[in-house]
Amino acid sequence: MVTLDPRPPEAAPKPPTVVPVRHWGRATAAVVVLALLGLLVAGLIVNKNIDEHTVRQYFFSRLILHGVLVTIELAVISQAVGIVLGIVLAVMRQSKNPALSGTSWLYIWFFRGTPLLVQLVFWAYFGSVYAHLTLGIPFTHLHLAQVGTNTLLTNTVAAYVGLSLNEGAYMAEIVRGGLLAVDEGQTEAALSLGMRRGLLLRRIVLPQAVRVIIPPTGNEFISMLKNTSLVAFIGGKDLFTNTQTIYSNNLKVIPLLVVASLWYLVITSVLTVGQYYLERRFARGATRTLPPTPIQRLRALLVPRRMVTT
Amino acid sequence: MSASVHARGVRKSYGLVEVLHGIDLEVAAGEVVCLLGPSGSGKSTFLRCVNHLESINGGELEVAGELVGYRRDGDKLRELTDRETAATRSRIGMVFQHFHLFPHLTALGNIMEAPVRVLKRPKQDVRRDAMALLDRVGLADRCDAYPSQLSGGQQQRIAIARALAMSPQLMLFDEPTSALDPELVGDVLDVMRGLAKDGMTMLVVTHEIGFAREVADRVVFMDAGLVVESGPPRQVLDEPREARTKEFLAKVL
Ligand SMILES: Nc1ncnc2c1ncn2[C@@H]1O[C@H](COP(=O)(O)OP(=O)(O)OP(=O)(O)O)[C@@H](O)[C@H]1O
Ligand SMILES: [Mg+2]
Repeated sequence: MVTLDPRPPEAAPKPPTVVPVRHWGRATAAVVVLALLGLLVAGLIVNKNIDEHTVRQYFFSRLILHGVLVTIELAVISQAVGIVLGIVLAVMRQSKNPALSGTSWLYIWFFRGTPLLVQLVFWAYFGSVYAHLTLGIPFTHLHLAQVGTNTLLTNTVAAYVGLSLNEGAYMAEIVRGGLLAVDEGQTEAALSLGMRRGLLLRRIVLPQAVRVIIPPTGNEFISMLKNTSLVAFIGGKDLFTNTQTIYSNNLKVIPLLVVASLWYLVITSVLTVGQYYLERRFARGATRTLPPTPIQRLRALLVPRRMVTT
Repeated sequence: MSASVHARGVRKSYGLVEVLHGIDLEVAAGEVVCLLGPSGSGKSTFLRCVNHLESINGGELEVAGELVGYRRDGDKLRELTDRETAATRSRIGMVFQHFHLFPHLTALGNIMEAPVRVLKRPKQDVRRDAMALLDRVGLADRCDAYPSQLSGGQQQRIAIARALAMSPQLMLFDEPTSALDPELVGDVLDVMRGLAKDGMTMLVVTHEIGFAREVADRVVFMDAGLVVESGPPRQVLDEPREARTKEFLAKVL
């Protein structure tokens, strides 16, 4: 018989005192690391060039806050479009039709193989490659609509387009990995119930793939957030663009870079917490018991540990 | 009685290797047929052909009077579309050795998924029927459990309920108890026994000779991609005619 809770023998004698093992090497390393960290923090506080007064002055300034907003918008929307694009590309990649899988491969090859900065600048200058964008029937003179490229593809739009298309290529590989991680048997079971490909993907395979997809996507999102700073090269009005604008006027470069860095850190920290809860939610069914939330963990740390004696 | 499964000279190759060399097999409606045979003899492959999970390379295969994967159109055979294949599959239940429950759905969710999404039946009705099915497999109290929280035997019974929820005309079982601890096998076999008693048409690949002897109307012995012999359980299991059957039974019993 297999039982899940092996009961302790009845009327157990008084439990012996447990002496935990001491990790001397680990403790020494911790002391050294903490000492170095202390020196670093002290050095930052003492250093006059950091100029914490300026940092405080600009941290909540209108231009910086506006930049933060634009950065968040850019990151969230481009990441969302990138995810959708990634799913489409990943599914295309698995297609038995070589035209579909080949196109997907080519896309990923191109957008992963060229620098994001180059792509952004390219989209900003797209107007000089194609002056007009036309909606019509190819190889005829039937034009339904025509606009100048520069009216449509403003620098802001170019920023979104550049970041999204680039992200799509990375997400495609992440999603593909997630799809491959789902057991073949799941597909067979779903097919044998009469499900068709679309339903199967939506209801059975993707929800399971999500578990595998979330951690690298969280990573991608954090990269995306920082990569938005590249749009400063095409006047993207984001946090970094505005930081540059301010310090090119008052020449307080380092304090303003500290302001920007602190804001990036704040946003990534919020994202990290969000990712944790998302992972927990999608772990449903995958593990028997969910891991504790950070708050539960904190509580466990604060409440003194007791020897478990039942 | 009309034939539920009608296979005549069914051939199946993977690449250049032929693994089914012309299978002849009939399952009448309401009949329980047990398929025995050594590992690699092609039992799973044949079952998967019946369910359209694999396409056949020769011979003819009909389920409930319909060709598998094709449609007769005058003197032509037209390949079925995805939609038609899916519709046919929805009338055939399949139970796998490793259950393949959907891990992100509860027991109830697993059972309700296909009737709701494929048959587009109202959720309330489906839930009621699903609860009745859970009761039938003895797991009504575990309806909210996720597969990872269930034992193998419980998972397999949920998998059977999931297949039954589509009201199939035919149930295929591929070694439903082979992955289970010995003490869990009985519960699953009980459920299958009940199904057989209720008149379900069943094609069962199994190594449970006792179950075959007791429940099967007919036993079919396969080896190396061919049917070696078939007949009533007493005859095939107790007085096998073919040497290969004798050899296999000697090993299993
Ligand atoms: N996808 C595949 N590609 C190539 N060969 C395959 C494939 N699936 C099965 N085979 C081969 O077909 C033969 C029959 O396999 P099958 O799984 O049908 O045997 P089985 O009778 O179910 O065996 P077991 O009792 O071990 O489950 C085997 O030789 C196997 O290697
Ligand atoms: Mg098999």
